[in-house]
Amino acid sequence: MSYWDKEKECMSRSDLGILQLRRLKETVFRLYAFVPAYQQKMDEAGIKPDGIRTLDDLEKLPFTTKNDLRDNYPFGLFALPMSEVVRIHSSSGTTGKPTVVGYSKKDIDIWAELMARALTSAGASRLSVIQNSYGYGLFTGGLGVHYGAEKLGASVIPTSGGNTKRQIMLMQDFGTTVLTCTPSYALLMHEVMQEMGVSPLDLKLEAGIFGAEPWSENMRREIENKLEINAFDIYGLSEIIGPGVAIECYCKKGLHIAEDHFIAEIIDPDTGEVLPEGAFGELVITTITKEALPIIRYRTRDLTTLNKSVCECGRTHVRMEKVLGRSDDMVIIRGVNVFPSMVEHVLLNIPGVEPYYLLVVDRKGNLDQLEVQVEVSESIFSDEIRKLEELGATITKELESALGVSVKVRLVEPKSIERSEGKAKRVIDRRNI
Amino acid sequence: MAKQISVFLENKAGRLSSVTRVLGEAGINIRALSIADTSDFGILRIIVNDPERAYKILKEAGFTVSETEVIAVKVSDSPGGLAAVLEQMSDQNLNIEYLYAFLGTSGDDALVIFKVEDIEHARKAFTAKGIPFLEENQLYRL
Repeated sequence: MSYWDKEKECMSRSDLGILQLRRLKETVFRLYAFVPAYQQKMDEAGIKPDGIRTLDDLEKLPFTTKNDLRDNYPFGLFALPMSEVVRIHSSSGTTGKPTVVGYSKKDIDIWAELMARALTSAGASRLSVIQNSYGYGLFTGGLGVHYGAEKLGASVIPTSGGNTKRQIMLMQDFGTTVLTCTPSYALLMHEVMQEMGVSPLDLKLEAGIFGAEPWSENMRREIENKLEINAFDIYGLSEIIGPGVAIECYCKKGLHIAEDHFIAEIIDPDTGEVLPEGAFGELVITTITKEALPIIRYRTRDLTTLNKSVCECGRTHVRMEKVLGRSDDMVIIRGVNVFPSMVEHVLLNIPGVEPYYLLVVDRKGNLDQLEVQVEVSESIFSDEIRKLEELGATITKELESALGVSVKVRLVEPKSIERSEGKAKRVIDRRNI
Repeated sequence: MAKQISVFLENKAGRLSSVTRVLGEAGINIRALSIADTSDFGILRIIVNDPERAYKILKEAGFTVSETEVIAVKVSDSPGGLAAVLEQMSDQNLNIEYLYAFLGTSGDDALVIFKVEDIEHARKAFTAKGIPFLEENQLYRL
């Protein structure tokens, strides 16, 4: 078992609590002093910085949401003057104003440190050849992983996303040992490898660190079998820092959140009430070392649980369960919550079904309808209608019992569902609500 | 005995023409075809002059394809010809999954393609009852 920073990753929970409280107080003081929007929110909530005396006082502070970032577009929530900001990242802003995040020199160093930790946790070292196929640019994935891999001392191939055939050629020629990208892009790479006649045995690939979209345990098994690697889940979001907020260790029993830099809470997404350890709810994160853009109680929209027991790997940092879904990706069909990852889990339990699927939601009359498109691969195809209809009925039955909502399964031709070089599109919602 | 090529098709405009174009450009001739369909998808079943190449070409073009063993039976091209064969098959407890007609004839006889549950059983029964059927190489050369 190797650690990047054993002292921090395995520190006792009481020492961790002392460290967190000190850092939280500093963060709240700075925000109140330097960010008018935070000062106003805290005044409205009737809490002053000196009202934070214990970690439990955290829940007195107001939440921050994506809308707060949009309302203060572009730099309104920055706690440092622009002369101290060395990097800016931004969301694509396809659904409104983009959310903009900034970093000081120290923020970038901490981020690299966290990513080096994450890569080490997944078995990477300075001997690794890391192919980083997360997109480089405004998206935090590419540069976030890149700086961490360099800090680790590994050899980084900054391929970014796209040009899949070249990716595979480089993977072979440069002897890539660790791949970092979205899980859906890893699958596309496997598909292209098959077309090129490249077998996983021709590669030196040992591990993959996949994130930026929710993926199920069955998807992990699928990727591990197909690429013959060890697949790890990584979690992060640009509003907090980017990739590296949390990472799985070899135990794969949850993702360790870097608690010396972040405080995690679980709340009831409807009432905002803090839930006890182990309860399922929305993850809320407070940054306690960020300089340029400290964020108090950020509502991630991601649904999970927290587990503070010490992990078999020796790390003491709290573990969040693999994220089932982001509440933004959730579709509500006739009052029932459906996550694409639930559909994925069911489909991959049916022999021969490939991990390519699409949820299409529509409203006929007043009734929501969920159609799940599934590609017909050679292994499940039959020349008899009856057998294909039986297959459709089996998938329908399995989905309906898992989701608790009626489903129409549509069998579609192979490769007719769009392949993704980044975050996969799993849902098309045609309802005009 | 013969090899039929089956292709999965979505019920979308242009899918059938796309399959036939791919085969046409490869110089493959379709000798018999049938389509079974539901509201969402269909299965195109074809007999071609070169099934192995057709399979490879369609697969490379990205279609879901399979090869199926079928039997090409000679049926007298006169009223009651098919009925006579079907009665005999029924007597022999041969379950038919589906059948369709071949384009063109074998001598004076019509040809009908049968997909049966148990092809070995069918082969023996046809031989025993003297129902003529074509071997693979005879069929593709027609």
